[in-house]
Amino acid sequence: MAILVIAEHDNAVLAAATLNTVTAAQAIGGDIHVLVAGSGCTAAAEAAAKIDGVSKVLVADDAIYAHQLPENIAPLIVGLAKGYSHVLAPASTNGKNYLPRVAALLDVDQISDIIAVEGADTFKRPIYAGNAIATVQSSAPIKVISVRTTGFDPASAQGGSAAIEQVAAAGDAGKSTFLGEEVAKSDRPELGSAKIVISGGRGMLSSDNFQMLYTLADKLGAAVGASRAAVDAGFVPNDLQVGQTGKIVAPQLYIAVGISGAIQHLAGMKDSKVIVAINKDPEAPIFQVADYGLVGDLFEVIPELEKLV
Amino acid sequence: MSLARFASAQSNLFEGDEESMKVLVAVKRVVDYNVKVRVKPDNSGVDLANVKMSMNPFCEIAVEEAVRLKEKKVASEIVVVSIGPNAAQEQLRTALALGGDRAILVETNDELGSLAVAKLLKAVVDKEQPQLVILGKQAIDSDNNQTGQMLAALTGYPQGTFASKLEADGDKIKVTREIDGGLQIVELALPAVITTDLRLNEPRYASLPNIMKAKKKPLDILKPEDLGVSLSSSIKVLKVEAPAERSPGIKVASVAELVEKLKNEAKVI
Ligand SMILES: Cc1cc2nc3c(=O)[nH]c(=O)nc-3n(C[C@H](O)[C@H](O)[C@H](O)COP(=O)(O)OP(=O)(O)OC[C@H]3O[C@@H](n4cnc5c(N)ncnc54)[C@H](O)[C@@H]3O)c2cc1C
Repeated sequence: MAILVIAEHDNAVLAAATLNTVTAAQAIGGDIHVLVAGSGCTAAAEAAAKIDGVSKVLVADDAIYAHQLPENIAPLIVGLAKGYSHVLAPASTNGKNYLPRVAALLDVDQISDIIAVEGADTFKRPIYAGNAIATVQSSAPIKVISVRTTGFDPASAQGGSAAIEQVAAAGDAGKSTFLGEEVAKSDRPELGSAKIVISGGRGMLSSDNFQMLYTLADKLGAAVGASRAAVDAGFVPNDLQVGQTGKIVAPQLYIAVGISGAIQHLAGMKDSKVIVAINKDPEAPIFQVADYGLVGDLFEVIPELEKLV
Repeated sequence: MSLARFASAQSNLFEGDEESMKVLVAVKRVVDYNVKVRVKPDNSGVDLANVKMSMNPFCEIAVEEAVRLKEKKVASEIVVVSIGPNAAQEQLRTALALGGDRAILVETNDELGSLAVAKLLKAVVDKEQPQLVILGKQAIDSDNNQTGQMLAALTGYPQGTFASKLEADGDKIKVTREIDGGLQIVELALPAVITTDLRLNEPRYASLPNIMKAKKKPLDILKPEDLGVSLSSSIKVLKVEAPAERSPGIKVASVAELVEKLKNEAKVI
């Protein structure tokens, strides 16, 4: 039995999500191969070869994979998948984009967002915004699985020395073109893997007020997140949204500021180790999941907190 | 969404193409997003008896986008399709009240997996030959985020998932997508499949006159057998459990106490 893990990377750097996905593959058990599909992606491939537990790295280096457009990368994965019992990818927006396309082309069901491996064919996954956890068993000949990275510790990025093998590109489907992207550059840690996350909600009232959270975050080495309401109001960009339909985070410390704690928000953060809620409404549902709740006006609490940490 | 972004999303839509396109919108009947579901005591699933059901919120956004394309004269006809129980007619009527022209229900009481749904939708696409298919990016019950991508695979169409802005331009469509790092813009050849994200638009409410009018719009009911699709699934649900409860926390009286607890008790800062 061999497992194919699809690497998440930007050609230069291998994303941490790949390491969590390798751990899920280890829990299934078997030979682990990693596919790095990109353009000028040697550095990412070399990083993948060093992951502890990986025995082979397949590299498809071609301009058509530069942005991992699903129309192009799915046929590549399908061509390789036949030799594997499982195909795993992180449940990133990228993995979510191409993986179901792979599954349908292979004519198999996909299992999305697994948080635990119970056996080679049995997995746990959250449904209904995490209000229920389903244990599902798959009889598919190739099990196509997306991995919720917060469910698995990262594999060690060092210690491996996998062979790197080039694979041929599968050709350009010619149906889609990458035109551009707006990706915010930030020195703060990545939201998905930060040890501390400070999120602001509608209570922040404006984009300018988020500066308070950025200042506090920089002092704590934290990432900044937000509720949907804060994103919809234009206070912060969309990629900061934490929740059922945004990013799933599980840091050591999650501080929710001016967030009420709707089911959809809780779905994205309730597996955090320690949760702090700061809200002026003592009845806010966020307090039900908080380890430490502070009832108060965030505009007084946050500046004071910044001084004391 | 911010008003500025909302306005630019609209003004950029291609206007006035008389050779306009047919749009197929898929909608799903799901538990209303305000309901906190409970797991059944026998762990066989979640308890849906007497629970409020609605159109999946991402599907509402899909319907709204189709209606806006029609208002801009980019779309000529909006066909809404649902795969589900007989009661899903309610959600189809809602979609018709919002501006859909006609509806198709593929009636089944089975809880289908995404692949089976995508195969049924593919059969509908083969019959209807739309230029654009718009779906929600995920259903808030199964949380799979698969159907649109699978439909795109089966039809061979390109896919613009997690869309926050659409700009149709002749035989192409420009899609701004919400991705982990920010936004990505791709151009797809039509016909194409789009899945909606939250910031694509803010859905309208149906007006009473439109709700009345919707009752007279055509709604065809098909059976999966009529479409010649096999609904077998390779996934079996063994059990459904409630998530682990968090142990109850405490309220702290001051910022100083909070910092003290985080440092000395939780040891996280
Ligand atoms: C399909 C769908 C998907 C969704 N996905 C997500 C998702 O992924 N993530 C997400 O977050 N939401 C999501 N939502 C939205 C969710 O239902 C809530 O509407 C949203 O989380 C509310 O955000 P909020 O808590 O910031 O705002 P509100 O609910 O308005 O809460 C604001 C809070 O701030 C407090 N407050 C105000 N002023 C102050 C002050 N000065 N000091 C202290 N406290 C203050 C108030 O007491 C209140 O509790 C989704 C909804 C739908 C329908």
